[in-house]
Amino acid sequence: MKHLLEVNGIHTCFMMDGKKVRAVDGVSFHLDRGEIVGVVGESGSGKSVTMMSVLQLVGAPGFVESGTVYLDGEEKNLLEYDGNSEKMRSVRGGRIGMIFQEPMTSLNPVLTIGYQIQENIMKHLDMDRQQAKERTIEMLRMVKIPDAEQRFDYYPQQFSGGMRQRIMIAMAMSAKPDILIADEATTALDVTTQAQLLEMIRSIAKETNTAVILVTHNLGIVARFAERIYVMYSGSVVETAGTRDIFKHSEHPYTRSLLRAIPRLDDPRDRILIPIEGLPPNPALRPDYCPFYDRCEYRKPECAKRNKPELEKVGEEHYSACWLTREELRQKEIEIQNTPRKAAPQKNIGSEKVLEVKNVRKYFPVLKGIMKRKIGEVKAIEEITFDLHKGETMGIVGESGCGKTTMARCIMRVYRPEEGEIKFSGVDIAQMKDKELQPYRSRIAMIFQDPFSSLDPRQTAGSIVAESLLINKSCKTKEELNRRVDELFTLVGLDPGLKDRVPHEFSGGQRQRLGIARALSSDPDVIICDEPISALDVSIQAQIINLLEELQAKLGVSYLFIAHDLAVVKHISDRVLVMYLGRVVEIADAQQLYANPMHPYTEALLAAVPEADPDVEEGKAAVPISGEVPSILNRPQGCPFHDRCSKASERCRKEVPKLMDKGDGHMVACFLYQ
Amino acid sequence: MGRFILKRIGQTLIVLFIVSVFIFLLVSFLPGDPVYAMLGGEITQETYDRWYLELGLDKPLILRYLSWISKAVTGDFGMSASQHKEVVAVLAERVPVTIYLSLLSFFISIPLGILFGIISAVNRGKLLDSVLTTFANVCCCLPQFFLSVLFLYLFSIKLHLLPSFGFVWPWEDLQKSLLQTIMPLLCLTIGGIASICRQTRSSMLEVIGQDYIRTAKSKGLAQNRIIFVHAMKNALIPVITLMGLRLGGLIGGSMFVESVFNIPGMGTLLVMAIQAQDIPLIQACVLLIAVVACVVNIITDIVYAAVDPRIKV
Repeated sequence: MKHLLEVNGIHTCFMMDGKKVRAVDGVSFHLDRGEIVGVVGESGSGKSVTMMSVLQLVGAPGFVESGTVYLDGEEKNLLEYDGNSEKMRSVRGGRIGMIFQEPMTSLNPVLTIGYQIQENIMKHLDMDRQQAKERTIEMLRMVKIPDAEQRFDYYPQQFSGGMRQRIMIAMAMSAKPDILIADEATTALDVTTQAQLLEMIRSIAKETNTAVILVTHNLGIVARFAERIYVMYSGSVVETAGTRDIFKHSEHPYTRSLLRAIPRLDDPRDRILIPIEGLPPNPALRPDYCPFYDRCEYRKPECAKRNKPELEKVGEEHYSACWLTREELRQKEIEIQNTPRKAAPQKNIGSEKVLEVKNVRKYFPVLKGIMKRKIGEVKAIEEITFDLHKGETMGIVGESGCGKTTMARCIMRVYRPEEGEIKFSGVDIAQMKDKELQPYRSRIAMIFQDPFSSLDPRQTAGSIVAESLLINKSCKTKEELNRRVDELFTLVGLDPGLKDRVPHEFSGGQRQRLGIARALSSDPDVIICDEPISALDVSIQAQIINLLEELQAKLGVSYLFIAHDLAVVKHISDRVLVMYLGRVVEIADAQQLYANPMHPYTEALLAAVPEADPDVEEGKAAVPISGEVPSILNRPQGCPFHDRCSKASERCRKEVPKLMDKGDGHMVACFLYQ
Repeated sequence: MGRFILKRIGQTLIVLFIVSVFIFLLVSFLPGDPVYAMLGGEITQETYDRWYLELGLDKPLILRYLSWISKAVTGDFGMSASQHKEVVAVLAERVPVTIYLSLLSFFISIPLGILFGIISAVNRGKLLDSVLTTFANVCCCLPQFFLSVLFLYLFSIKLHLLPSFGFVWPWEDLQKSLLQTIMPLLCLTIGGIASICRQTRSSMLEVIGQDYIRTAKSKGLAQNRIIFVHAMKNALIPVITLMGLRLGGLIGGSMFVESVFNIPGMGTLLVMAIQAQDIPLIQACVLLIAVVACVVNIITDIVYAAVDPRIKV
């Protein structure tokens, strides 16, 4: 046996309506001691199910149909043992530890964290209760949980999401496993926390010579942390190679297209994203030929006549599953490079300001007792000041809890701000009553984050889009209304023939198009996009970004684009506003902000974003930021960032720095520049 | 925790006050003259006047309430007209019987209900689950009086195995007591087992699908440990609510079974008091049932807080 773990030909099926649906269709991979391997793929590509199959954690109605799993030191194929057998249980948690995606729900809420870790140690290492407790505390210290002895008796809900994921790491590592599987372990966390955690996993793994499998959809993470990568598509591995080869010399059409579809931090201003058209196949209807065929730009008619391609050696440790020869791929590549692309849509930023926000403040009262006495205030946002020009896109970034959404709701006037001006085309709407607001409502629209829950499941697509037309009485006759709805459908790239369908009959990307059509229906001047693409797959994201850009060029609408993905924000925005704990810390031109960040928080944020380029990643220093975003309930005195800032001085602890213009409209709130 | 309990007791006192007002107003709600209603129409003017004053009907409503409630809190509910005894003395005789049967049924139904629920959830979709679930569903729907009559017919009239009525305490005559309690207890308990089983099954199934159970599996824990340590504690939280409701319902709804088996408990007493329009007795019974319900609620909340660390106390 050559490798620590050898997995061959895993086929995992789920029974759906009496039919077998293959979620994993023959996946093989291997792992050596101490190496970090990345498994990337979009949702539904079968990457998690593959890992669950190895551990025999796939629950009914799913089952592993065939395949072998050999772990160094075990004689038999692990899949021959029963899922609940003593052997399998000693492998799970003992030799292979696993961390899951949702830190909020992955720990048992009614048991203390100490108990949960201790239990794992006592199961797998030959230790009594006292020894196990000592080891638990040692593990908690290793993952940098402060006051580990006292925290032993805490319940999971007394920790933040980042802390809980540290506890999960401590638990998974507590029985000295040979392999750690991190299944989207940092997806739900903020970028700075994500970077800290992955850094921690890497250093612990290297110290203890533990092999790590990073399962993720984020190409940046694997570029930064993985040494070898498996790219999965529709239940199969389509390409595998060393990290550098995957990013620099990718062979498989899917990998190549994926890299063309994602925005990067170091993109030039006018880069166009080339989306992968279409959708990943439904596993129930997957064809016998290459599953990527329908979306492949390189495809030849012969591809559809042959079976599914197997992985074949294309270079040193580099395998790709494609029927096309290198020469065919190269020729096609030249062809693709030479096909005229739609140029990046021309922006037209006017000089008039559509939105001026000045000193906006919103506090929420904290109430207690039967009488709902006010005992304090949550200072959600303070002194928010910025303006937005016609046809401009302002990106808004910041970690969760920084007040992005509160700000958006104040501008939408869902909330009435305590103080400040919100001038819309010169009229202050901040304190207007509902009646007075009526004419302005239709001119600010919103696109929401979750295309699944933000559409009424019982309303037809047509009536979702028509609703605001009816409310605003902007159409006189039924025919006009129908024509307008058809127009909007065509505008966002949906077939007007789909008008009578209900939301669940659309895919995620289509639903978000529907959300955009709804926002456009009232012909607004400003659209607030609240994380419009974060629920979508990478290959779909590019379609939506491109659509938003085209619409802006066509209609001259202004966007407030709220997102936590900095690469996306940079790609789409003209200017970017950075928020931290309810305050604006920096506003600058997008290119300038990324080239020359001034505020220490912006700097840290940019450094924390993993980029899909191993060269860029190598040049980066370790994460320069420690700690987590403090709760908004006890915001630090002075500059909100001072206790995480390495450059903080005495003054920062006492005074709040004001936002100041440092030339060219680059505004920053930091004493370093004053 | 102490603060939490004090707060809950405070809230309960408010509830009891409101209930007591309604109970008191009962006298005014009843049609006809309360004195005639109690003693019948054929009484002398003298007796009428005496009772008129005894019931305080010459005073305004508020004063009457105050004098009634101030006596009631010291345990003095006045005289029972139909029993010719102090109301308290009547209750002291009857209430322990009902409480004895209710608690016995309660403590039998909880472990059995939870056990069947877990067995059913763990074997979801298999034959055992189908059998248990079907049984539970049927038993849930059967009203107590129907079961009582059915058992009575079967075991007493047809098979002559069990006595059809009566009640003695176990320390008076153990064998007789056991034989007499079997049927009423069965009627009181079957519904409880069934509903606790159903609730446990569904909340267990929900918990088994949670991420933290997957985590527990990924740690290689044994099936029993996952179910009894990781899943059960979470699954029992909604069951606790149901248990509280059950206990309150057992004591408040004791009249059906007690009537059929002719058991001298609070249920039969209340029925009798209502038929005789014995107002002081009705008031005392209803107030007592309200107090029991409130106390059970407080206990439920305390158990809740003790089991679920997410509830802040």
